[in-house]
Amino acid sequence: MIIDHPLLGPRDAAEFTVLGDAALIHRPDGMAEGAEAAFHDYVYLRDNPAGLHRELWYHEQGDRSWLVVTRNTLTHEITEVALARDVARAEGRSR
Amino acid sequence: MSAPRLPGALVDTGETLKFTWNGRQMSGHPGDTLASALLANGQRLVARSFKYHRPRGIFSAGSEEPNALVQLRRGAAQEPNTRATVAELFDGLHASSQNHRGSLNHDLLAVNDLMAPFFSAGFYYKTFMWPAKFWEKLYEPLIRNAAGLGRLSGQEDPDSYDHGFLHCDLLIIGAGPAGLAAALAAGRAGLRVILADEDFRMGGRLNEESYSIGDRSGADWAATACAELSAMALVRLMTRTTVQGAYDHGIYSALERCTDHLADSSGKPRQVLWRIYARRALLCAGATERSIAFGNNDRPGIMLAGAVRAYVNRFGVAPGRKVAVFTNNDDGWRTATDLLAKGVRVTAVIDTRKGGTRDLDGVRVDHGRQILDTSGRKDLKSITMDGGIRVEADCLAVSGGWSPNVHISSHMRGRPRWREDTAGFVTGGELPWGLSAAGAANGTLTLAAALGEGQATANRIAEDLGHAPDRTPLPRAEDEPFQITPFWHVTASTARAFVDLQNDVTTKDIAQSHREGFGAVEHLKRYTTLGMATDQGKTSNVLGLAILAEVSGRTIPETGTTIFRPPYTPVAIGAYAGRARGRDFRPTRLTPSHAWALENGASFTESGPWMRAEWFARPGEQGWRDSVDREVRMTRAGVGVCDVTTLGKIDIQGRDAAAFLNRIYANPFLKLPVGKVRYGLMLREDGFADDDGTTARLSETHYVMTTTTANAVPVFRRLEFARQCLWPDLDVHLISTTDAWAQFAVAGPNSRALLSRVVDDMDLSNDAFPFMACAEVTVFGGTPARLFRISFSGELAYEIAVPSRYGDAMIRALMQVGKDLDVVPYGLEALGVMRIEKGHAAGNELNGQTTAQMLGLGGMVSQKKDAIGTVLSQREEMTRDDGLRLVGLRPLERSEKLSAGAHLLNPGDPQDMAHDQGWISSVAWSPTLSHAIALGFLKNGAARHGEVILAHDPLRGRSQKVEVTSPHMVDPEGTRQRG
Repeated sequence: MIIDHPLLGPRDAAEFTVLGDAALIHRPDGMAEGAEAAFHDYVYLRDNPAGLHRELWYHEQGDRSWLVVTRNTLTHEITEVALARDVARAEGRSR
Repeated sequence: MSAPRLPGALVDTGETLKFTWNGRQMSGHPGDTLASALLANGQRLVARSFKYHRPRGIFSAGSEEPNALVQLRRGAAQEPNTRATVAELFDGLHASSQNHRGSLNHDLLAVNDLMAPFFSAGFYYKTFMWPAKFWEKLYEPLIRNAAGLGRLSGQEDPDSYDHGFLHCDLLIIGAGPAGLAAALAAGRAGLRVILADEDFRMGGRLNEESYSIGDRSGADWAATACAELSAMALVRLMTRTTVQGAYDHGIYSALERCTDHLADSSGKPRQVLWRIYARRALLCAGATERSIAFGNNDRPGIMLAGAVRAYVNRFGVAPGRKVAVFTNNDDGWRTATDLLAKGVRVTAVIDTRKGGTRDLDGVRVDHGRQILDTSGRKDLKSITMDGGIRVEADCLAVSGGWSPNVHISSHMRGRPRWREDTAGFVTGGELPWGLSAAGAANGTLTLAAALGEGQATANRIAEDLGHAPDRTPLPRAEDEPFQITPFWHVTASTARAFVDLQNDVTTKDIAQSHREGFGAVEHLKRYTTLGMATDQGKTSNVLGLAILAEVSGRTIPETGTTIFRPPYTPVAIGAYAGRARGRDFRPTRLTPSHAWALENGASFTESGPWMRAEWFARPGEQGWRDSVDREVRMTRAGVGVCDVTTLGKIDIQGRDAAAFLNRIYANPFLKLPVGKVRYGLMLREDGFADDDGTTARLSETHYVMTTTTANAVPVFRRLEFARQCLWPDLDVHLISTTDAWAQFAVAGPNSRALLSRVVDDMDLSNDAFPFMACAEVTVFGGTPARLFRISFSGELAYEIAVPSRYGDAMIRALMQVGKDLDVVPYGLEALGVMRIEKGHAAGNELNGQTTAQMLGLGGMVSQKKDAIGTVLSQREEMTRDDGLRLVGLRPLERSEKLSAGAHLLNPGDPQDMAHDQGWISSVAWSPTLSHAIALGFLKNGAARHGEVILAHDPLRGRSQKVEVTSPHMVDPEGTRQRG
C-alpha cells in the first residue's frame, strides 16, 4: 500500500506500523465517574467495519508522525490521511 | 545428434552449445530453450507423470508447461522442477529428468499406472484415513517417496539474490504484439514506461507465428520495435522478467532472472525481485492454449498446436516427421499450413466442427470427427478416430482454443468473465488499481486487432496522465476473425482422458468429484488437485471447469472459475529472501565496547538486535559458570563494569515534560527534583505491567528515560502516541538517544573509588552524590558525560554515559585506571545473576501477564492521578490480596538445582492445574549465597515467606521442596546500594 503522508507525500506502507482503530485517540478521563466501564470499552471494544475505517498508522521508519488514515477495508483504498495530532486537537483532545 | 534446423529459425546455428541430458552429450544453439534443444536432439520422452508415472513429453513452448519438469545444474546449484520450455540453453548445462525410480525409460514406479483404478480422485483422503497412527510412520513416507517431483540438493544455495525498486508511469506486462504496440505509443507519448516480458526474446507470438506486419515478418517487426524502444531514454525493456503479482495502489512484483542463462553467475545476483510502483499498468500477457481431453491424450509427441508452430517457426525444430492436427478452431489449420510451408509432413487435420468444407492440398482432412485413442507407449505412433479410422502420427498438434492470461487481473478482487465468442475467460470485476488489459489477454485474439488495442489503450492512458497521444499509424497486419466452436472432451473415449497433465487428473476424476458432492470449482480443485502445483493449471483449468459444467448441466459462466494468487510462475524462496539471509537476515547492533570485549575473551549472545557479552572467560576457567561466578564475586567484593548501552534511552524535553511523564508512569513524577533519578513503572492501558526503567531529571525541562533493551522501540512508539494522539497540546518533545550514548554500569564497593579517578573535579561522597542522584559531568579532563547513581546489582553502583564515539576509549580507560582495584568486566549472565539475587524484575517477570501488584509494586501505582493503565490496574481480580506475588525461592536441600518454568504446589496436593499455586520465572546459582535461587510468582506469596512448598517440573521430571523467601535475597535492606 501507499500512504499519502500529509507532510512527506506518498510513502510505502512498509515504512509504517499500524495500530488500528482511530477511536483510540478518545482515551476516557481516568478521574471521572464511571472511569472503569469507560476504560473497559476503550481498551476492549472495537468496531470492525467492512468498508471505510479510520486507523492509526505510525511512520516509524520516517518522521515519527502518527497519522489517521481512512482506509476501505474491502478495497484498501485510502481516501484521507491526516496528522493524528491535528485530528486529536480537532476532536477535542486539547488538555 | 542434433538435426539440422528448418529455415527461418530465430536460433544462431553458427554457434553450437554443448549440454548433457541424463549424462548424455547433446548440442543446441544460442536462442534455444532446453525443450527446443531436446526436441532437436530427438529426445521426446522427458518426464514421468506425477501420480501414474506415465511417460510424458514436451507439451508446450512456454511457462505453462505441465510435463517437462527437469532438474538443472549440479551440486549445490541444482534446481528441481524447472520447466524445460523456459530454461534458456547455455554451454555446459547439465539437465536431468526427475520423478522416476530407475531410469527414465524403465521407471519402476510405472506400476502405479496399472493400479490407476485405485488412485482416482480423493484416493488419499479415503484410503489413508485408518488407522490414524499409520499415517506418520507408514503412509506419508510411502506417498512422499512415490510422488513428488525433483530433489533439492540439500546444500545451501550458493547464489545470491537481490531486491530492487522501480517507478514508472506505465508498466506493460508482456511484450507480444499488443505490448509492443502499447510500449511504442506510450514511449512516443513521453511516458516513463517499463516493458517486461518473461521470455529472453521480446515479441511473444510474433516470434512463433508466420505472421507478417507491413512488408516484413512479425519477428522482424518486433525486433525493430524493440530497437526503437531501447533508444528511448524513458523506456526500460526488461527481458527474462516475469511480473508475478499485483498489489495495492499500483504496486507490482516482478522477478528478473539475471544469470540463469549463464553457466556461472560470476558473483552477480542470480535473480532480482523487483517492486514496481506504476501509475498505470497494462496487461498484455497474451493467452495460453488449452488441450482437448480424449483417450490417452498424454503420450510423448502430443503437443499444443501453438507449441508445434513455435518449435517449427521460432526454433526450426520439427517435433515429428508425421504430424497430425486435432482442433476445434482455426488455429489448427494455421498449424498445418505452417508445417507444410516448412516441408514437414502432415498426416491428417481433424476438426471437431461439423459441416466444414476447408481443404488442404495433399493432406487428409476430417471435418466433424474426434480422436478416440492413441497408441505408442513411450512415443506416439498413431491415432484412432471415431469409426475406427487409424492414422499414423508421431506428433499430434492439439488446439482446444485459447484462454486469456487474466491471472494478474484477479490478484486483487477481479472475477474473470466468460466471453462466448472466443470461448475464454477475460478480465472482469474489479481490476487491480490502474490496470487495464489489451490484446489476447483481453480476448482480442487476432493480430491487427491486438496491435490496435495495444496502441489505443496506451494512448488513452497517456492522455489520462496528461500526455498527447501518439498518432503514428499502425502497419497493416492480418485480421481474419478467429472462429471457434467449443469442444472439450471426447465422451466416446473409453481410455483415460487427461485434463491436468501435471496432476494426472482425468475426465473421470472430474465426473467423480461432481458425483461425490464436490461440484463447486473451488471444491473440484481441492478434491482432484486440478490446477495445482507448478503450472497452476494454465493449460487445464478452463478445460476442467468446462467439463464440470457439462457433467453438472450448468453453463460455464454459472460454473465460474477459480481465481489466481501471486506468483504467476514459481519463484525461488531465495528471491523472496533477497539479501536477508543468514547473518544478514537483519542488522546486528554492536555495543560500543564490542571490539574491546572481543579482545578480552567475551562470548556473545543476542539480546534483541544487539550482540552483548555474556561473560569474559579467563585462562583456566572450565566452563561458563566459572567465569560468571567469578564476575559476580569480584563485582560484589570489588568493582565490576558492564556495558548497558543497549537499554533504551529517550531524551524528553519541554515545559510540560514533568506532566507528560506523570501521565506515562504509574508512580508519581511531578515532584522529581533536578539532579535526581526515579525508578518508574509503566503500565499498559489494560492495567498490566509494560516496562520499567529509570528517569533522570537533568534540568527543569530536561529528562532522560531508560527502558528495557527489548522494549526500547515499542516504548518510544507509545510515548509518541501519547504525545501526538492523547495530549497533543503538551509542550514536550522526544528523541531516541539509545545509539548516541555509550553507557556503563560501574558496580561494587570500589565503584566510588574507581569513578573518583574518572570524573573531573567532583565530590562523589554519599552526602554530595547520594543514591539516585544524577549529574552532567566531564571525565578524563573534559569529555562530556552523564553520571547516575543507580543500581541494578544491589551494590553501591553508578551508570556513566559518554557520547558513543568515546565508548571504546571509555571501557579501555576504566579498565586501565581500575587495574589496582581489580576491576572486572562482567557480562549479561553475571548481570542476570545479581539482579535475581537482588530480586529485581526483568523480562521473565515483565512478561505482559503480570501486574504491579504481582511484582510487589502495587503501592507505587498512584490513585491520585490519571496515568496510562491506572484505572484498569485497580480491577478487582488484579488487586486481590491473595493473588500471585513475586517471591524468592531456594531449594530446601541446598545442593539441588532449580528449574525455571516449574510449577509451585502445596505439599500433598495433587499435581494438576487445579491445585497450581504459581510458577518459577527465573533461576540462577548464587555465588554470593552458594546455592541455587529463584524468583517466582506464588499465590498470596507475600504472606508466605518461610513456608516450604513443592516445585514440580513435569518436563524435566523433577519435584523438589523449596523454601519461600523475600525476593530480595541479597542485602534485603538495601544498605549496600545506599552506602
